[in-house]
Amino acid sequence: MNTLSLWFHKFGSPPTFYRLSRLLCPWLFAAACLIGAVGLYAGLVLAPADYQQSDAYRIIFIHVPCAWMSLFAYIFMAANAFIAVVWRIKISEILAMTSAPVGAMFTAVTLLTGAIWGKPMWGTWWTWDARLTSELVLLFLYLGVIGLYSAIEDRRQAARAASFLGLIGIVNVPIVHFSVNWWNTLHQGSTVRLLGPSRIDASMLWPLLLMALATHIWFFASVLARSRTSVLEQESGKEWVREIVQAQGVRHG
Amino acid sequence: MRYGTLGSACAALIRRDLLLTWRRRGDALNPALFALMVVALFPLALGPEPNQLMQIAAGIVFVAILLASLLALDALFRSDYEDGTLEQIVLSPHPLPVLLACRIGAHWLTTAVPLILVAPLLAEMLHLPSTVMPVLMLALAIATPLLSLLGAVCVALTVGMRRSGMLLALLVLPLYVPVLIFAAGACNAAQAGLPFLAPLLLLGAGLALALVLVPLACAAALRISIS
Repeated sequence: MNTLSLWFHKFGSPPTFYRLSRLLCPWLFAAACLIGAVGLYAGLVLAPADYQQSDAYRIIFIHVPCAWMSLFAYIFMAANAFIAVVWRIKISEILAMTSAPVGAMFTAVTLLTGAIWGKPMWGTWWTWDARLTSELVLLFLYLGVIGLYSAIEDRRQAARAASFLGLIGIVNVPIVHFSVNWWNTLHQGSTVRLLGPSRIDASMLWPLLLMALATHIWFFASVLARSRTSVLEQESGKEWVREIVQAQGVRHG
Repeated sequence: MRYGTLGSACAALIRRDLLLTWRRRGDALNPALFALMVVALFPLALGPEPNQLMQIAAGIVFVAILLASLLALDALFRSDYEDGTLEQIVLSPHPLPVLLACRIGAHWLTTAVPLILVAPLLAEMLHLPSTVMPVLMLALAIATPLLSLLGAVCVALTVGMRRSGMLLALLVLPLYVPVLIFAAGACNAAQAGLPFLAPLLLLGAGLALALVLVPLACAAALRISIS
């Protein structure tokens, strides 16, 4: 067996995953909080006010990273769902299912902050614009995955069925991403680009990227924390879980 | 042991489904009756003003038909799952996607075709201009198979559950959103005198894609939920 597949099998085994995630989780949360705090300070205090929207634009430092995360979380979930459906790896099932609520939360925050910004800027909380509608459909897809997962008794079968549903819903991801190009409606186009120069000033760009980094780390920390509990719950009959519980019982007396 | 050919298996499956529906003809009319009642609610709620109703007629007809086909979806595999026929279909030596395509086709014939037939009546109740009627019928002819196909995958995922009604709606409706947007969009464009071909062509492309991919997806989903 080569090193890669050996590593894959090792990380895919629940006890190793549990130990690794217990090691990583606090660090990831700490890093996310630290970077997030710096990013928020830079965005809310250091970055200059917009010439047109003055201070109201500053909500983008929450809105835009969360919007990116709503898509990233879906892609992460779908990738794990694919592995879960095809190779039936337990850890992938758990990762896919635990990233659904986190992604749904990011989507909800995106819609909420968008509405709060939209009221003073567009004069309305909500409009049936292509970007907004497809983001709302994304939230429904997340809720469908969560609903299906919790409706089936058998955890592993539930995870596979919900993973399959998540895979079908992936057609919506490019629609959300390209909606501002395909339909020329109210929501503005993308200003930050991976390829070519961004159409946002550097003084506003770096806090934004910092916040994006913080939300990415937060996402992984949150998914790991949730997965750790799920692994423990699903493996509760196994020997290694009993050892952990007994060790904890000794420590707490 | 010798098996029949794939063609004879498909023909037997479709004949059985049509026969079952024919024996219970009254039940087959239920979706159409439901759509009729939903449409009748709108003039009662909004007031009988013809001009107002005319403007939203196409949208209401589509929403009513969409809801009716959503309620009809549950019957797609329900009785077959309960009496074990579904497991026999999964275990049969013939390719499961083809057999499921026949099932979905028969389901479309028995639930969606009555809805399409009743659509002119629904449109007339809401004073839809007669010039829009051909576009409405064409859009329905393309959209209803798409609705049946997309719904079938979700039904296949929830087939083992006892009470799946609300959950099924939660799973299916996000997938129905694009179909509704394009189908009703074509009618609204026609009503406003704008070119309406583009949304219909997009729907057609979606249907072509779904005809190929959905039976495969449906088979995979069914194998997951009755494994």
